Amino acid sequence: MKTPIQFRLNGEDVAAFVEGGANLLDTLREIVGDLTVKGGCWQGTCGTCTVIIDGVPRLSCITLAETCSGSSIETAAGLRRGSELHPLQIAFMERFAAQCGYCTPGMLMAAKALLDKNPNPTRQDVIEAISGNICRCTGYEPIINAVLDAARDHTRSRV
Amino acid sequence: MTITVKTFARMDDAANALMQEREARFMAGGTLLMRAVNEVDPSIRTIVRATDPNFRRIGLSSGRVELGAGVTMAAILAERELAYLHPAARAVGGPAVREAATVGGNLFAPSPYGDFATMLLALDATVTMAGGFGQRELPLEELLSRRERGALLVASIAFRRPAVDAIRFVKVTRVHPKGASVLSIAAQLPLSGGRVSHARIAYGAMAPSPVRAKAVERALEGRPLDATGIAPALAVAHEGTSPVDDPIASAWWRREILPVHLRRLLLGEYSARHS
Repeated sequence: MKTPIQFRLNGEDVAAFVEGGANLLDTLREIVGDLTVKGGCWQGTCGTCTVIIDGVPRLSCITLAETCSGSSIETAAGLRRGSELHPLQIAFMERFAAQCGYCTPGMLMAAKALLDKNPNPTRQDVIEAISGNICRCTGYEPIINAVLDAARDHTRSRV
Repeated sequence: MTITVKTFARMDDAANALMQEREARFMAGGTLLMRAVNEVDPSIRTIVRATDPNFRRIGLSSGRVELGAGVTMAAILAERELAYLHPAARAVGGPAVREAATVGGNLFAPSPYGDFATMLLALDATVTMAGGFGQRELPLEELLSRRERGALLVASIAFRRPAVDAIRFVKVTRVHPKGASVLSIAAQLPLSGGRVSHARIAYGAMAPSPVRAKAVERALEGRPLDATGIAPALAVAHEGTSPVDDPIASAWWRREILPVHLRRLLLGEYSARHS
């Protein structure tokens, strides 16, 4: 039996019917059609499926879709404003923080969750914020530098 | 295979549903259960949930702390009064996992996970079980020794508020900043006149579930926390342990390094970064 759920996805109302036990990752990709959310392990280990639910980072692969009814969900698809990229996206490009790119949407959302709460993070704050996200290409340094750059640019643009 | 999700407003009703159906599993934060669901574990036909507000309540009175089993690691980290628990809460996963992972779920995390349960064991915690019989309390140590039996639903966990400077915790990992435990050690080391009085020490990943190091506790009684004072405790560090080989470390390696990290913990040699 399918269960109806409703939530806001990147500011838009979304409704879907989900199977019992369906996770949010599969729901977003296969039912809603948001392919910016990537699946890596389906075990809550790699972090590539990270989304923001009601302001906090969550792993969509181990989130029961039914529990998201009424929630506000953000994914990498909602970062861009029209043709304007989010400061994190710009910094990731400029710092070469993506190589194969598979971890990038999860990294971006983990980083956004940090900057939304703490606009001036330390290097250690950034390391902690992405500590649940695995990248097998970059060695993490370009990603950490990109998040710190984005924080600086974002803060400067608001002064 | 279709899974049915049943949500209850009261913990006791959730516990009853759990007991009535062999293939029902309780979902707290989902970090363990959803893995099994994603792998299409055929033994799971029903997911039972509870929206009872007490399930997520943190109760702080002058001498006692009571944590609803659904309190998340993130909620622990947001509570300043529980700062002595922060190192153990921070040891659980990354930020996204900590937003979901619960105190109650950690009690059932298979080794080498369950670092927070190790801390609670060192705090001499008791658990309140929900069920058709009403609620009843039992020592956490007893729950951990028989947790593989199904149909157990923990409603809350309670312990006496410790002297803050008596609490120590270390998690040893091979991957930094986050990784599964090679081992973890939690200690409550109250001092009376510069000597240990009623120590509680618990190990994680040194047995199939977190265990008390009772021989170490006895050996520390009345001793100062210096190199000479802790020597008898280090000599019995392995008593009661039964580590296993797993992809994180061999049992041999766990046994080798246990006294090293126990010594450092007892002597206060770990910085805040480690613990």
